[in-house]
Amino acid sequence: MKFLELIWAALNIRRVRTAFTLVSIIAAFLLFGLLDSVRSAFAHAGEGIPGADRLITAAKVSFGSPLPQSLQARIQTVPGVVAASYGSAFLGTYQDPKNLVPVEAYEKHYLDLYPEWYIAADHREAFKSTKTGALAGETLAKKYNWKVGDKIPLQSKVQQQSGDTTWTFDLVGIYRIDNPNLKAMEGILYINWDYFDEARVAEKGTVTWYTVKVRDLDQSDPISQAIDALSANSEHETRTQSEAALYAEWGKQLADVGLISGSIMGAVFFTLVLLTGNTMAQAVRERIPELGILRTLGFSRRLIMSLILGESVLMLMAGSVTGLIAATAAVQVLKAKLGPSLPMLPIAADIWLRALAVAAIVGLVVAAIPAARGIRVRIIDAIAGR
Amino acid sequence: MPLTHSEARAAKPIVQMHGVKKIYERGKQKVEVLHAIDLDIPQGAFIALMGPSGSGKTTLLNLIGGLDSPSEGTIRVSGKQIDQLGEDELASWRASSVGFVFQFYNLLPMLSARKNVEIPLLLTKLSAAERKRHALTALELVGLSERAEHHPNELSGGQQQRVAIARAIVSDPKLLVCDEPTGDLDRRSAKEVLSLLQALNASYGKTIVMVTHDPKAAEYAQSVLHLDKGSLVADPPSDAKAEKRA
Repeated sequence: MKFLELIWAALNIRRVRTAFTLVSIIAAFLLFGLLDSVRSAFAHAGEGIPGADRLITAAKVSFGSPLPQSLQARIQTVPGVVAASYGSAFLGTYQDPKNLVPVEAYEKHYLDLYPEWYIAADHREAFKSTKTGALAGETLAKKYNWKVGDKIPLQSKVQQQSGDTTWTFDLVGIYRIDNPNLKAMEGILYINWDYFDEARVAEKGTVTWYTVKVRDLDQSDPISQAIDALSANSEHETRTQSEAALYAEWGKQLADVGLISGSIMGAVFFTLVLLTGNTMAQAVRERIPELGILRTLGFSRRLIMSLILGESVLMLMAGSVTGLIAATAAVQVLKAKLGPSLPMLPIAADIWLRALAVAAIVGLVVAAIPAARGIRVRIIDAIAGR
Repeated sequence: MPLTHSEARAAKPIVQMHGVKKIYERGKQKVEVLHAIDLDIPQGAFIALMGPSGSGKTTLLNLIGGLDSPSEGTIRVSGKQIDQLGEDELASWRASSVGFVFQFYNLLPMLSARKNVEIPLLLTKLSAAERKRHALTALELVGLSERAEHHPNELSGGQQQRVAIARAIVSDPKLLVCDEPTGDLDRRSAKEVLSLLQALNASYGKTIVMVTHDPKAAEYAQSVLHLDKGSLVADPPSDAKAEKRA
């Protein structure tokens, strides 16, 4: 610690240069924090999702292709199935085409399969009893300042019998999901499937997926196979898998997010290494006579090497901590602005650890060569500024 | 009181150099800068080392201070043979045994006078409070205790050199090596610095080896050694005599 003052003083020699370098480091780690937050959100998709006892049956050709509603009764006959319900989804916009609102229409018993979603009893009851009723997630309601009792008009490409494409729902309740991995789902508006199917023109009597609750988890695989066998060789073959596996698969399908963010971070850190490396090289070169003096006064080469490396690591650490604090604030702002359209996790401990490790490594790498050069100069040449 | 010339001769040598040669390699050429120097410097002496440019004065001083190693010969300082020491051992020896004063002060500009003086003490086990106390004592000794918190750019050249002297003596070495300590100072400041060195020699028994071009500065020393073309000579070379007469 007694050498910290020397390190700090060295950083203060060229304050403007240090400040600019620090700003670059802060910007790099701000980006690191934001990108890693998005990457983590996708990478951890499916983790910690309670749903191992729920299966999702969707069209084999692609998730989203319509399946007949009549399948529900047949699924319920499969041994080991406790309950089966279904839903359909479409995309609406609120007030402005930029304000996307995902809408999911549920069969009346659907919510019974999701006890972990918190819905007040009176809201749940109002949803069941109100044909045009809708439940909004806390995040979604906060975003648009919706309150129970509000009428919510949404624009959609899904046409109603009347020819109208504006769907108006009565907000009868708010739901909350406490699992941080599923928090993005609070951005969805739930409506009644019966109303939706009755009102729409196209694809009537079809659903997008089935949610199936099984009695014995260990029997999930044979039950899935039995459900898929119901539609085998038909026009609407199905694929059944556990809910957690489905989320994980979605996460993997979005693996490009990891690749893209990794590539951007790679480019950013490569630039950072060049920038801070150049700064450190300049800083050491300018201070060769001072380093010579320190060695004259008895500082060993190893100690001086440590001082230079410490200077670089301190600068990187200060920049990374500030950058991540800024990223933490930015994540909050972006989450509020973007809502569930871009899943972002808070800057978690693992991101902090990764960032600090990166900062330490970059700090050591960029200073190693200038430091080695700095201490190789003979004392008498260093003092003479040769 | 400083040692008289005869007293100094009688005192036990603090620096003993035998057959010291220094050869620099410049490309394929080998240049012998010092030729088999034999020199004993008595403890408590104040020696001025004079000679024309390129005569090897600074090289000799660097060897005495352990900043450079001889190509041949042995160097003992306070009984310790330093020519065989490794890099780290030599650094550690310098920290405890020698104080350095340079022509251009070589203070660290971003640190206050006190912090500059404290630098050698960072290598000791002294606490921060003890380091501060020692540094203030050294600054008081050179008459700068009131400027302790000033930075080098807030001090005159003479004051900066006095801070450098305080830094040189703060760890209480027996030997001070000074390379042109007044070379960058006006006459008045030079006198102050030389008087200070004289006082350190007289009152605190510091052995001082000072390289100088200035015959007036050399007058502050008890004895003057002349170096010419890498060898110690009895009389000053003719150009040095001319300089002295001037």
